Amino acid sequence: MSNETTLSRRGFFTKMGILFNGLIATALAVPMVGFLLSSITRGRGNGYLSWVPLGPVSDFPEGETRLAIFRNPYVMPTDGKTVDTACWVRRIAGDQFQVFAINCAHLGCPVRWFQQSGLFMCPCHGGAYYRDGSRASGPPERGLFEYPYKVENGLITIQAGELPTPGAAIAALTGEKPPCAS
Amino acid sequence: MRIMIGKIGEWFDRRLQLAAPIREAVEHPVPRETASWWYVFGSAALTVFILQIVTGILLALIYVPSAAEAWSSLQALNHDVTLGWFIRAMHGWGSNFMLAIVLIHMVQVFLFGAYKFPRELTWIVGVFLLLMTLGMAFSGQVLRFDQDAYWGLGIGASIASRVPVLGPSIVRLMLGGPIIAGATLSRFFALHVFVIPGLLIAFVGLHLLMVLKLGINEWPMPGRVVKRATYVSEYHELTSKDGAPFFPYAVWKDLFFAACVIIAVAACALYFGPFGPTGQPDPTIIQTAPKPDYFFLWLYALLSLLPPSLETPALLVGPVVVIVGLLLLPFLSGEGEKSWKRRPIAVLTVLLIAITLGTFTHLAEFTPWSPHMSAWSGDPVPVRLLHGTTALERQGALVFQAKQCRNCHSLGDSGGQRGPALDGVAVRLTQDQLIRQVIQGGGNMPAYGKNLSPAETTALVAFLETLHPAGHAPARDASRDAVLRDVRERGTGGQP
Repeated sequence: MSNETTLSRRGFFTKMGILFNGLIATALAVPMVGFLLSSITRGRGNGYLSWVPLGPVSDFPEGETRLAIFRNPYVMPTDGKTVDTACWVRRIAGDQFQVFAINCAHLGCPVRWFQQSGLFMCPCHGGAYYRDGSRASGPPERGLFEYPYKVENGLITIQAGELPTPGAAIAALTGEKPPCAS
Repeated sequence: MRIMIGKIGEWFDRRLQLAAPIREAVEHPVPRETASWWYVFGSAALTVFILQIVTGILLALIYVPSAAEAWSSLQALNHDVTLGWFIRAMHGWGSNFMLAIVLIHMVQVFLFGAYKFPRELTWIVGVFLLLMTLGMAFSGQVLRFDQDAYWGLGIGASIASRVPVLGPSIVRLMLGGPIIAGATLSRFFALHVFVIPGLLIAFVGLHLLMVLKLGINEWPMPGRVVKRATYVSEYHELTSKDGAPFFPYAVWKDLFFAACVIIAVAACALYFGPFGPTGQPDPTIIQTAPKPDYFFLWLYALLSLLPPSLETPALLVGPVVVIVGLLLLPFLSGEGEKSWKRRPIAVLTVLLIAITLGTFTHLAEFTPWSPHMSAWSGDPVPVRLLHGTTALERQGALVFQAKQCRNCHSLGDSGGQRGPALDGVAVRLTQDQLIRQVIQGGGNMPAYGKNLSPAETTALVAFLETLHPAGHAPARDASRDAVLRDVRERGTGGQP
C-alpha cells in the first residue's frame, strides 16, 4: 500500500485546520461584504428617495425658471455642505411645474439657465437644453433629468435623494426605478 | 571606531543574514551599455514614489478626510501651518512628475523591446503599476476636495453609470451612498492612503525582484534577435564576458538623475506653489466650470469631441481594449527584434499616441467646445462693426448680444468658440439661410424660433448680413435675383 491512500493523523489535522479556517473566513466574509455593499443594497427599491419641500409656490413666478436649493434627505454627520443640492424650477402656469436636476445629462456638470435665450447651457462640454429641458445641442443624448413633483397646500415638493446619472435610464429597463423618473 | 562599527555590523548580520544577498544584488553584473542615461527612469519613478509617501504622511498629519472639513484643512495647510504650502506643493508636483516619469519609463521599455521574453511578467506588473499611478492621481485630485473635485466625481459617476445593468450599483458603491458626500471622500481617502499605496509597494517589490532575477534588458542591437530557446544563455554570456557590477559602475547615473528630479520637483513647488484648492465643494455654487488635472485633460477633450452615439461604447470598451492590448503585448511579440531601428510600427505607434494625447491636452487647455458663460455680458459688439449701420441693424446687434449668441460665437476675436466666428458670416450664408439657421438651428446650434419675436429675428438677420470683410460681397441667392428681375421686367408676382 502506498502512502497516498492512507491518511495520517497529522495530515488529517492539517486538512481539518485548513477547513476550519476556511469556514471562519467565509463566515466573516458575509458581514464584511455586506458592509462594503451596504450603499448599494440600501438604495434598492428607492431606499434613498424621499419627498422634500422646495418652498411655497408663490416663490416661483409663472413663466419663469428659478434656482431652488434643497437638503438631500439622506445625511451623514461628515457631509458638510455637500448635502445642499440645487435644482431648476420652471413654473409653467398655476400648479404646472417642471423641476430639473442641476446635473447635465451628459456628465453631470452644473447647467446654468439663461432667461434671455431660453436655454440651459453646460460649462463643461457645451451641452444645451431648451426651457422645457429637452436637448437642444451638444453631446447630451437626452434632455435634463426631471424630479417628480407635487403641489400640496401651496407648497411644492419633489422626490429626490439620489445623484441623477445617465445610467439611471438604463436601470429603468431592468425594472429598477431611476431616481429622477418623470 | 571603525572596528567598533564593524563589530556592531557583524552582530546584526549574524542574526539578519542579509549582508551577502544585498551585496550580491547590488554588485550583480549588468551589460556595460546599460549604464546609460536611458536606463534611469525606473529608479527615478521609485524615488518620486518614496517622496510621495513621505510628503503624503506629512500631509495626513493635518488633513481631515471629512467632506465638512477637508477644504478648510487644506486652507490651513496652505496658510496657517508652517511650510504646509510647500509640502502640499511637493506632493502635487511630485504626482505630476511621477506620472510623467512612469510614462517615459514605459515608452523607453517599449522602444527598447524590454518587454520581450523572458521579461513579460515584469511588463505586465508595470502595466498594473501605471494603472495604480493613474488611480493615485485621480483619487488624489478627489482628496483636494474643492469644486473641481466635487464635479469631477460627478463626471466619474456619470461615466460609471453607463455600464449596462450594473451602472447604478457601481455609482452607489463608488460614492458610498446616493450622492457625492462625506462617505465618498472617506472612501477615496481609504483608496488613496491605504489600498492603492499598499498594492503599489507590493507591485514595485515584485517589479524590482524580477529586474534583479532576470537582469536588466541589454542595449538593443539591430539584428540581435530574441529567441526563447537561446536568449537566456546569450544574456548570461553577455553579462559574464562584458558585464560590469551594477554598483558602482551603473548606479551613479541613477543617483544623479534621481537627485535632479527631486530638485526639479522642489523647484516647481517653490516657484509655482501648491495646486488649489479652488472654490468650496458646495454644490449650490453653480457658477463653476470644472476641469480635471493636467493628466486627465485629454479625456476631457475626448468626451466633448466624440459623437454622442459613440461616447458610451467608447467609454466602456475603450479602456478594456487598451488595457488588454497592453497586457497581451509581450505575448503577441515576445520574440524578435528589440531595436527601435528595426521596429517602425512600434515607433509610429508611440508617435501617434503621443501626438493624439498631446493634441487633445492642448485643446482641453482652452476648451473651444465650451460656451463662454459670461461673454454676452462682457465685451460689447466691436464699434467698427456698427459704423454706417441702420437703426434696424443696430437693433440686431443688441439682440445678438442680449440673446447670448456671443456665448458660442465670437465677434472680433472675443466670445465663445463653440460655434463658428461670425465676423464674416454674411459671406457664407444668404439672408434666407441666416433666417433658417437662427429659427431652426441645426449643425449643433439650438433653434431660436421660440425665443425670438419676428421683429427680433428680422433685426438680428439684418445685423448678421452686415458682417462681411471689406471688399467681400455678401452671399446672394441667385434664384431670388432671377425672380426680382422677372418682377421688374414683366411686372408680375414672380410666377414664370
